[in-house]
Amino acid sequence: MNVMLATDTPTTEPILKMTGISKTFPGVKALSDVALELRPGHVTALIGENGAGKSTLVKILTGIYQPDGGSILIDGKEVTLPTADAAQELGITAIHQETVLFDELTVAENIYIGHQPRNRYGLIDWTAMHARAAAILHGIDAPISTRTRLKDLSIAQRHLVAIARALSIDARIVIMDEPTAALSYKEVEELFAIIDRLKKAGKAILFISHKFEEVWQICEYFAVFRDGRQVGAGRLDEVSHNDLVKLMVGRDVTQAFPKLKADIGEVVLKVDGYCHPTEFDQVSLELRRGEILGLYGLVGAGRSEFCQALFGVTRPSAGTVTLSGKPLAVRSPSDAIDAGIVYVPEERGRHGAITAMSIVSNISLPSLKVTSRKNFLRMAEEFDLARKYAERLDLRAASLSQPVGTLSGGNQQKVVIGKWLATLPKVIILDEPTKGIDIGSKAAVHAFMSQLAVEGLAVIMVSSEIPEILGMSDRVIVMREGRMAGTFEREGLTPEALVRAATGNKEAAA
Amino acid sequence: MNTIRSLLARREALLVLACLLLLVAITARFPAFSTPRNLAGVFNDTSILIMMALGQSAVILTKSIDLSVAANVALTGMTVAMLNHLVPGLPLVVLILIALGMGMLLGAINGFLVWWLDIPAIVVTLGTMTIFRGLAFVESGGAWVNAHEMSPAFLELPRTLILGLPVLSWVGILAIVLAVLLFTRTGVGRAFYATGGNAVAAVYTGIDVGKTRFLAFVLSGTISGLCGYLWVSRYAVAYVDVASGFELDTIAACVIGGVSTIGGVGTVGGVVLGALFLGIIKNALPVIGISPFWQMAISGAIIIAAVVINARGERVKGRIILRRKELPL
Repeated sequence: MNVMLATDTPTTEPILKMTGISKTFPGVKALSDVALELRPGHVTALIGENGAGKSTLVKILTGIYQPDGGSILIDGKEVTLPTADAAQELGITAIHQETVLFDELTVAENIYIGHQPRNRYGLIDWTAMHARAAAILHGIDAPISTRTRLKDLSIAQRHLVAIARALSIDARIVIMDEPTAALSYKEVEELFAIIDRLKKAGKAILFISHKFEEVWQICEYFAVFRDGRQVGAGRLDEVSHNDLVKLMVGRDVTQAFPKLKADIGEVVLKVDGYCHPTEFDQVSLELRRGEILGLYGLVGAGRSEFCQALFGVTRPSAGTVTLSGKPLAVRSPSDAIDAGIVYVPEERGRHGAITAMSIVSNISLPSLKVTSRKNFLRMAEEFDLARKYAERLDLRAASLSQPVGTLSGGNQQKVVIGKWLATLPKVIILDEPTKGIDIGSKAAVHAFMSQLAVEGLAVIMVSSEIPEILGMSDRVIVMREGRMAGTFEREGLTPEALVRAATGNKEAAA
Repeated sequence: MNTIRSLLARREALLVLACLLLLVAITARFPAFSTPRNLAGVFNDTSILIMMALGQSAVILTKSIDLSVAANVALTGMTVAMLNHLVPGLPLVVLILIALGMGMLLGAINGFLVWWLDIPAIVVTLGTMTIFRGLAFVESGGAWVNAHEMSPAFLELPRTLILGLPVLSWVGILAIVLAVLLFTRTGVGRAFYATGGNAVAAVYTGIDVGKTRFLAFVLSGTISGLCGYLWVSRYAVAYVDVASGFELDTIAACVIGGVSTIGGVGTVGGVVLGALFLGIIKNALPVIGISPFWQMAISGAIIIAAVVINARGERVKGRIILRRKELPL
């Protein structure tokens, strides 16, 4: 069985046509009136910042989300994709950044899961399954045994298995969601060779990537998403790098960020040559009283990992930290909290609040040393502390004894921030402080962050949103692949400069 | 709107109600069952279960489980009984300290394996449960230590009456009071809840999750050690299969009492009521003349009913979240 046989000569008629697709989540409009076309034998790049709506679109295409409106045409016929099965039936398959295959199953089982070949008794025909899987893998030059367990494969090999799976279901539309994010240079080349073969086989490919060089290397068409809208689409050979960057970030950056003028004082925190064996290398920075330092980069640039090491969650392999002129050895988060460094993690739900606990207990948790006497907790003190910060953050709750799990996302975020402020820190690290919260809450968090700086706190803000970085930071450090890729002052900073530093796009820099 | 607490309050009220209904039903047939004297006897009978369920609940709160508690009782109980027999001059105080120390050590071994080697608690304690009982066999050679081989002081302490209640009951009451203080009024107790409620968030809050679990296992082990002495003294016999299967009773008491099996939720009151509920059933069924096999089936059915009630509680919580979501921020 040779699955690589080329079909008809590639036409430029789109095989997939989406128009007017909208999707709203409570409080967030994820997609509004989005259009996308995919052509057989061609690769279309889908470009956009985090939160632009790319993954929502992928989930609609793979039948995981249902759009609120709009139409999807395949081969000119209107279709609906009510389930993942239905999408697969229509020949749509997705290869994700982290493959969603089964670690404990063999390569052949992964390729044929859900559509295993059967023998005449209705039982799984293992011989046929292994033979066909081997044929497909041979077709894409993937020297992988069909009996290997998936967990023993590298990420690049897993991608090959995912591609083989796509071929096994005779997929005509292949979505690749940042497939190169975790690949080495050589593995990327190999992946591109396979994408070329898929193109020749007449597949329509949607390629999602942050890396511009890759986009130019293998894509013919592009679509740019921004804030849930499609802001541009067309042939890649008709646009320049800079056009794309502008489309991607080019919203009105002067939109209201309530940054107040803060007096920037003496250096509070000094980090020198911070290294980690696998996540980041030689990161150094100085942070002053009243300053907001933006930490920008692509997802996986090592920003959060650096901040977590600073907070004592992981240990750095080299480097020193000086806080208010004194050397500081952070061995655990509790050391960092005692010294006055706190970290508000990115995912509130998973890392921030303890949702079964009351608001009071959450806020007082890192401050129990202060609120208790002789190791005995004092409820009244805890309530006082919680009340103080709940008022300050304008927390909306019926009662402070209410479990945090019953609050809205924005209010949960306030509890998490309040819990850290109650420790009276000198340095506060906010990791993606407004990710996944609605616009109203965003403005409140920004105003509050600004207020903290005015009050003399030193703030490190990790953010992947360019407007937020530009609007809130006094200074920006850009990280790329675990290293510092540039430091920028607020004055004269452009979105293009940030994207260039973060993506390493030299051509655009020229 | 105090959802979880009111839910738990409801659950505790529910348990009190269930215990009362049970008592009424039993009393209808055997009026003597509900005399204060007999009820005090039931409490005394259940004291060991209450204590060990409290230790178990600390472990479950941290999202772990301790299957080795009953084996700990057997090993510690056998050890102190043999020491009492072989070294008759050893004062009872020393034996009790040995029981506490040995239980603590066994708990620390569990805690250490869970903490440092990062092995799941169910696997660790499944292993140590077998090892502890095996050691009890090794040290005794499978022989029993019978009442006549134990010193009078060793046997009498749990039965000694103070203000009309036996010492065993007083120890149980003391354990309840200490557990309330530990769970609600100390940082360690708060750390139990935080660790089980959201381990990652607890780490970010400066709580050492591994150490917290370690302490929970040490607590559970220490209580089991003390109960090892109380058990062999109360039943006046030590043998390898002492308290066989009792670990499941401690877990059942926690589940019936509303301790979430995935950690982070539970109260001392609930655990005590859960244990008492089981204690009443255990004491009443033989009186009514139901065979031990039915007793096990009934206990099992009650545990499943408790889990169903827990699940229903979770669902109610979900609805409340949605209702709040509609409100403006």
